[in-house]
Amino acid sequence: MVPFAGYEMPVQYPAGILKEHLHTREKAGLFDVSHMGQAFLDGDDPAAALEHVTPADVRGLKEGMQRYGLLLNDEGTIKDDFMFSRLAGERAMYIVVNAGTKEGDYAYMAGKFGGSAKITTRFDRALLALQGPAAEAVLARHAPAAAGLTFMKVARMDVAGCPAIVSRSGYTGEDGYEISIEGTDGEKVARALLGEPEVMPIGLGARDSLRLEAGLCLYGHDIDETVNPIEANLTWSVGKRRKMDKDFPAAEKIMDALFNGTAKKRVGILPDGRAPAREGTGIADKSGRVIGTITSGGFGPSLNAPVAMGYVETEFANDGTAIDLIVRGKPMPAKVAPMPFFPHRYKRAN
Amino acid sequence: MSEVRFTDQHEWVRIDGDSATVGITKYAAEQLGDVVFVEVPEAGRNIGAGGEAAVVESVKAASEVYAPIGGEVTEGNTALADDPAKVNADPEGEGWFFKMKIADKGELAKLMTADQYAEFVKGL
Repeated sequence: MVPFAGYEMPVQYPAGILKEHLHTREKAGLFDVSHMGQAFLDGDDPAAALEHVTPADVRGLKEGMQRYGLLLNDEGTIKDDFMFSRLAGERAMYIVVNAGTKEGDYAYMAGKFGGSAKITTRFDRALLALQGPAAEAVLARHAPAAAGLTFMKVARMDVAGCPAIVSRSGYTGEDGYEISIEGTDGEKVARALLGEPEVMPIGLGARDSLRLEAGLCLYGHDIDETVNPIEANLTWSVGKRRKMDKDFPAAEKIMDALFNGTAKKRVGILPDGRAPAREGTGIADKSGRVIGTITSGGFGPSLNAPVAMGYVETEFANDGTAIDLIVRGKPMPAKVAPMPFFPHRYKRAN
Repeated sequence: MSEVRFTDQHEWVRIDGDSATVGITKYAAEQLGDVVFVEVPEAGRNIGAGGEAAVVESVKAASEVYAPIGGEVTEGNTALADDPAKVNADPEGEGWFFKMKIADKGELAKLMTADQYAEFVKGL
């Protein structure tokens, strides 16, 4: 157990990180992510309010759908990343932010919204993620309606007899679900799912290696208040309408970065050898000049090879560019590589 | 009859005449978790007692392996490069890291016996 964002969290269960990781990709893993910051946002037009702090298209989100967004500060750098949902027939939007930033995020939003929208935090709710190719079969036994959802759809339904908000999403690159329930129902639902033969409990260690192989950012490491969405290579999360209307925080600056480029960019990195390059490792060009830093790095169990991501000067950001990683004082050859490292296997509509 | 000694950095060293075999303890292997990368020293390298000798990385973290005593490396366990999981499967056997020629047997006296190490681990 380790302290994480004010919670005691398991790095691994008895199976260990490697087995937990591979099991999730092969069958299904259950993650207790109740530490994340759940809230509801209500008001006359909560979507319009949310657009004051994110460049995502919130107003255009259809009923029954979930979307990824970046929370920006006034300078246009990334305060957090979060998920928002519009539940069918409900005015209030359902939001999930990161654990370590949840208090600050909602205080920041409340300040920006003034009286136009009201945030009700629900840090007392539990959140479980069921991820992996067997997730649908497993969850359908306890919530038949879950099978009808496709990637990024969200609906209220009962899971193991408990009222839940279920979305077909997650942070592993696998098909799967996130299940929000009352805190008092958390253990009952978790035990019901863990009782299924395909399901193994998964700790923080494998959660990290799974999301890294999937090329997904970890807030506070790969993205933070020192980078903007363009540098972070998350331009896809900026809504098309938002780009035209330029009505989000630091829109002029971000649009300028989009059209004229940025000095650095987040990229995927594959070391040539077997030695992992950890967070903080320096990146150099072939002449030895420092051109960036690794922000996440480790071993990818599904690739059976080390994987990393980090920021490099933009001229080195093209896939295949040969670079060196300075590991224990020695240059270790590596290449800039496309992400995800392990293909996403979401169950998309159509 | 070979003798095995232990360090507070969780290395073990097995003495056979003037040759020593070094690895990490079962306790260390369990704490590290699944080992995915090992770098062992090349034969001919001279390392002082407590000097950095090898690197072991698990899915969780990287750590150094130090030479429990000084001497010249005679062999690195190159099999670990292809199969680092040996360190978890058999840390005090097939998962050995390197062998060295002992420079000064007197240094062994500073190391823990198996019983002392077991007590030391209990206190952690």
